[in-house]
Amino acid sequence: MSPVVVWICGATAAFADTAQPLSPTSIFAPASTPAKSIFGLSLFVLAVTGAIFLIVFALLLYSVVKFRKRKNDDGREPPQVYGSNQVELAWTVIPVLIVVALFMATARVIASVQKTVRPDNAIEVVAIGHQFWWEYRYPTLGVVTANELHVPVSDENHPTPTFIKLLSADTDHSFWVPRLAGKTDLIPNHPNSMWIDPHDPGVYLGQCAQYCGTQHAKMLLRVYVQSQDEFARWIQEQRQPAIAGDAVSQGQRIFETTACINCHTVAGTVANGRFGPDLTHLMSRDTIAAGAAKNTPENLRQWILSPAAIKPGSLMPAMQLSDAELDALTAYLETLR
Amino acid sequence: MSTESIAWPNTAAASPSFVDHLHEWVTTVDHKRLGILYIVYALIFLVIGGIEATVMRIQLIRPHNDFVSPQVFNRMFTMHGTTMIFFVVMPVLFGFANYLIPLMIGARDMAFPRLNAFSFWMTAFGGLLLYFSLVGANGLYGAGNAPDVGWFAYAPLTSQTFSVGHSTDFWTLALLVSGLGSIGTAINIIATVLCMRCPGMTLAKMPLFAWLNFVMAGLVILAVSPLTAAQIMLVVDRYLGGHFFDTQAGGSAVIWMHFFWVFGHPEVYVLVLPAFAFASEIIPVFSRKPIFGYPVMVGATIAIGFISMSVWAHHMFTVGMSAAANNFFVISTMAIAVPTGIKIFNWLGTMWGGKIEFKTPMLFCIAFLFQFLIAGLTGIMQGAAPFDWHLGNSYFVVAHFHYVIVGGILFCLFGAFYYWFPKMSGKMYSETLGKLHFWLFIVGFHMTFDFMHIPGLLGMPRRIYTYEPGRGWDTWNLVVTIGVFFQAAGILVFLGNLIWSYFRGRPAGNDPWDAWTLEWSTNSPPPAYNFYTIPSVQSRRPLWDLKHPDDPDWKYE
Repeated sequence: MSPVVVWICGATAAFADTAQPLSPTSIFAPASTPAKSIFGLSLFVLAVTGAIFLIVFALLLYSVVKFRKRKNDDGREPPQVYGSNQVELAWTVIPVLIVVALFMATARVIASVQKTVRPDNAIEVVAIGHQFWWEYRYPTLGVVTANELHVPVSDENHPTPTFIKLLSADTDHSFWVPRLAGKTDLIPNHPNSMWIDPHDPGVYLGQCAQYCGTQHAKMLLRVYVQSQDEFARWIQEQRQPAIAGDAVSQGQRIFETTACINCHTVAGTVANGRFGPDLTHLMSRDTIAAGAAKNTPENLRQWILSPAAIKPGSLMPAMQLSDAELDALTAYLETLR
Repeated sequence: MSTESIAWPNTAAASPSFVDHLHEWVTTVDHKRLGILYIVYALIFLVIGGIEATVMRIQLIRPHNDFVSPQVFNRMFTMHGTTMIFFVVMPVLFGFANYLIPLMIGARDMAFPRLNAFSFWMTAFGGLLLYFSLVGANGLYGAGNAPDVGWFAYAPLTSQTFSVGHSTDFWTLALLVSGLGSIGTAINIIATVLCMRCPGMTLAKMPLFAWLNFVMAGLVILAVSPLTAAQIMLVVDRYLGGHFFDTQAGGSAVIWMHFFWVFGHPEVYVLVLPAFAFASEIIPVFSRKPIFGYPVMVGATIAIGFISMSVWAHHMFTVGMSAAANNFFVISTMAIAVPTGIKIFNWLGTMWGGKIEFKTPMLFCIAFLFQFLIAGLTGIMQGAAPFDWHLGNSYFVVAHFHYVIVGGILFCLFGAFYYWFPKMSGKMYSETLGKLHFWLFIVGFHMTFDFMHIPGLLGMPRRIYTYEPGRGWDTWNLVVTIGVFFQAAGILVFLGNLIWSYFRGRPAGNDPWDAWTLEWSTNSPPPAYNFYTIPSVQSRRPLWDLKHPDDPDWKYE
């Protein structure tokens, strides 16, 4: 029953239209070379294990039915057979051959994913895992952002892959966007790297896949794959410092005179904290709290008032502001485009 | 040799008072009583660990559920994993090994009865320490909380920075203490098997049960020692300024992973070899044939023992090892499928041409064969490292190892409970309730763990207290949770059957299954010191020889 279910679902998912996969995070809807290599291997492994299952299950079923004790049993013991060297040899050698085949297929994919050399035109990103959000730095492009990773689409003829260096600021995390690549852990004192080359624009979802503390569940990943032009424009916008009008100077003053600036950066102002997400272009993001809520004025206000209401266990403290202060502060944040 | 001279002629004695009775049980060094203490202790923790699992499954029944807080959920999965591995499966297997090995090899007790009692009480104390965290983890205020670092407690989440209070300390000390108990039991099993066999029982004539537990004991010594060392290092880190795993001071989180999994993977075989041991006794008896390919089965067991020491980093395919290291652990992991496959084929070979009786123990063993086959195949999928870059730490891996531990080990254990209950209690269990238990549990098991694979394939990581809607995970999680209630009902029927049969079951007699190993030659339950006269054997199936003097095994072996 069971493996049949698993394999049927796997196959269904595998051959479903990749534009409409069973799930936005299905491993059977690859959209980037590493994920595609893994997908190819997984089909091979599923086929081999599926065949083994069918054969052994048939043998089991046959022996249970054929050799059951019958109602009209004569009460005599069946012939006592102690073993057979030929049979033992057969069911040792055949599995060894299967294992060798599986290993060679696996080793090929390991090499193709792990031994890829970074081309000169690759985008460089440093992803830093924090409890419970993602920091993204583009060292060569001079951009710092959080939680929503933007990368350019990679044409299969002129690939522009993105190479991601994975670091952790605190505990272990894991970067897993199933449609783009397998997961790789972010471990403090142990820099890792991975690469993706998404072939189609769109938003790709995932989430932290290594238990990292209370809010491990709401450390969501969003990867925005954009055309080369859109990506270049996005980079341009992210490089600008924040511009705040006089209309929100009260909110800005509240921001800059409370604990906000201990953790958050707004480029071009006194706020230069590193513990929490960079807010310079907060409003360019679709979500707040590492994807836990949509980036709307109401959610932003709620988040500042009581982070625990959206994400209990988050390290952002409740700011204990009056209603008027909250309104002013939210208005200021909304200008950070 | 005759059974009459092995069974004790008269065991009637005045029944002692309750206090005397209690005193006898607490101070006992009798391997059978210690075995039963282990088993009862494990059953209590089975219920506790099962309740923890149920809480988690209710929380995950739909997206954004708020049945429990994230903090409580994280404690639940930590306690569930730790409890089930260290305080349910290991003790219950040690219990059966303790009870049965001396009986099967014709000995009057284990080699070191006092070490045996010490080991049990260490394990028992470890379980109490773990749960004392609920009241003691915040010091002496009478308030506390359970550890919430996960059962493999990856660094640096366990450091003082991220784990304040003492809950992690209770986890550490509980495993340290119970680990010492496990090592004691392992030494005892090895010494017993090597030194206490009855006349005529060479190693090659020993029941497979003893062989498998012997290899298991060797693995315990090799696996639990590094875990114990790692726990001491963690305490040093937390209280004595050590920096083994303290990444903020240059320590290594990866070293902890290596220490943990160099324990953790052989541990899987520590748990599964005794399950194989049950199957290797039960399947032949209910197929009415000797085990197929005994020498190959012994060889495969030893091969599994050795290979299992070299596969640990397949738990770490995602931590950024070199391609060479990944390749090594792929080949070693896949290699272990060969001896394991040989075992499955030999059990099939045992059933082939037999006359299979579908008594409850055999039903559980047949289900074990089916489920262990699947668990092995999903294991191969994860052994293919790139595939594991997706599957690792997803719900697929949770489904896989529950297939091993529940579908494989627990099913065999239930078989063992029904098979040896008549020997241990002297009473026959209720076959009707046994079959009801089997069907409830197998339906619940497949609802829960078959469908649990799928959200893993669809990108659901483990250890999340809630999940987003719209990911295609909702329906699967609902079905998974419903299955839990079938399993719980099955467990209640099982416990009810044990209790009812203990008091009301009909007498079982010495040999209800017409079986072939020595434990069936003595009384049910066996008296202290087991055998009136020490038996001597000529073959692997001494009672077969007795029952079939015209066609004894020793002519063929």
